[in-house]
Amino acid sequence: MIHLFYLACASAMIVGLKKLGHPRTARSGNRIAAAGVLGAIVAALVDTGILNWAIVIAGLGVGSVIGVVVALRIQMTSMPQLVSALNGLGGLASALVAAEVVTSTRLEAVTVDDGVNIVLSTLVGALAFTGSLIAFAKLQGIMPGRPILFPGQRAFNAIVALAIFGLAVWVVADGSTGAYWAMGSLALLLGILAVIPIGGADMPVVISLLNAFSGLAAAAAGFVVSNHALIIGGALVGSAGFILTIQMTEAMNRSLGNVLFSGFGAVTATADSGEQKPVNTADAVDVAITLAYADRILFVPGYGLAVAQAQHAVRDLANALEARGATVNYAIHPVAGRMPGHMNVLLAEADVPYEKLLDLEQADPQMPQTDAVLILGANDVVNPSARDDPGSPIYGMPIFNADHAKKAIVIKRSLSPGFAGIDNPLFYKENTLMYFADVKQALEEILAALEEV
Amino acid sequence: MSDLLVGITVFVLASFVGFEVISKVPRTLHTPLMSGTNAISGITVLGAIAAAGLGATTAAQVLGFLALVAATINVVGGFVVTDRMLEMFRRPRDGEK
Repeated sequence: MIHLFYLACASAMIVGLKKLGHPRTARSGNRIAAAGVLGAIVAALVDTGILNWAIVIAGLGVGSVIGVVVALRIQMTSMPQLVSALNGLGGLASALVAAEVVTSTRLEAVTVDDGVNIVLSTLVGALAFTGSLIAFAKLQGIMPGRPILFPGQRAFNAIVALAIFGLAVWVVADGSTGAYWAMGSLALLLGILAVIPIGGADMPVVISLLNAFSGLAAAAAGFVVSNHALIIGGALVGSAGFILTIQMTEAMNRSLGNVLFSGFGAVTATADSGEQKPVNTADAVDVAITLAYADRILFVPGYGLAVAQAQHAVRDLANALEARGATVNYAIHPVAGRMPGHMNVLLAEADVPYEKLLDLEQADPQMPQTDAVLILGANDVVNPSARDDPGSPIYGMPIFNADHAKKAIVIKRSLSPGFAGIDNPLFYKENTLMYFADVKQALEEILAALEEV
Repeated sequence: MSDLLVGITVFVLASFVGFEVISKVPRTLHTPLMSGTNAISGITVLGAIAAAGLGATTAAQVLGFLALVAATINVVGGFVVTDRMLEMFRRPRDGEK
């Protein structure tokens, strides 16, 4: 009977996920999935034959209060950090569940099947925990976002991974508790080692991959405690995470291996910094005049927009331009921002209708007919090197060909190369205007200047 | 069939369902999708309930309690923040005025 109820809860999660796939039904989808999880929690409370009610209720209570407070207070620009932090907690929980089973039961008495599951749940959970913490620290600016590399890094990581594997075999074969704790500690270490060499710009891929991991960890925990709802939920999350990971690496035209192991972005463009190439600098009035006479305008937002919290200022400028008869759309690159779809959320927060958000395939063909492209805190996604320079690290990545528009306006704090450390030839083109300023301040000044044109 | 085999069958089939359901989601919704699926991965709270509720020794109870707090933050925080995001994805004509 209870199993049928678990099945109903798992079905609710699947239906909820399905509905999450369309903007109009997404909100109810999320609620259906949440109801599924809640139902499963109630079932587990009834079903488990709990001995320590006080601990269970205290745990659920404390966790719920922290969860609600954090979720309601977090700013939309900080979503990538929040998702990595939550993900880390999920991984931690899976590892702790396995550790509790190890502490309560004698490992030697555990069957091989259970041993494998305990090991998997611990390993994947511990990796997802520390990996997510590092991703969080990089995104939050607690740690430098650039790749941290040291000599012999890959060999060292490989040795740690091998040691983990050896210990895991020992745990399963022999039931050694000492080996179990050593394995868990090394897995925590490997999570840190695996993420520090990855640059901040690649964090979207890391978060999504770690999300897949924490799903797998949950599924493994489901095997440990023989709960099918847990296995199904974990499998759903695992496959969702892997799909998003693959889609993102495809959008950058790089392999997953390249993202994870290449230390991408560590080679900074120091060689270039010697020569000063001329750029066309502009101020708010120049930009306002250009925009005032443009009919078709595309905005290309990037991470700088999120940092400057400029989503409302963008919307205000777009409204003013539309009131003057121009068509304004937004071109969103698949890897813009620090997590997939981050720009869409920010612009939705500012009440930009989602029909105006065009993806790469929709927006790029419009470039030649576009009068003005306004690039807001974005860099690599409009870098023509990706198209023209086979020697560039981002060569082959699909970009917006902003240099094909009649005029490209770049708002950026300075000429410094972006996260990937790659110089951008777009900045030096004849029909490019460079406006050096904080994105939000710049947009407000352009709006003010526009009223005088 | 052994328990493990049944479990593996369930896992593989659920993975296929996941692939089918997720692969068609538009990019606009990828952030809520990630935070929503992330919340579902907090379903490990079921394991944590068993761990916290059945732990016999103090050490086991402490581990179980910590697991339960972490997993609950994951579930509750994930769903609430996803709901907050999706609330903004309404069409303006449904909303203001």
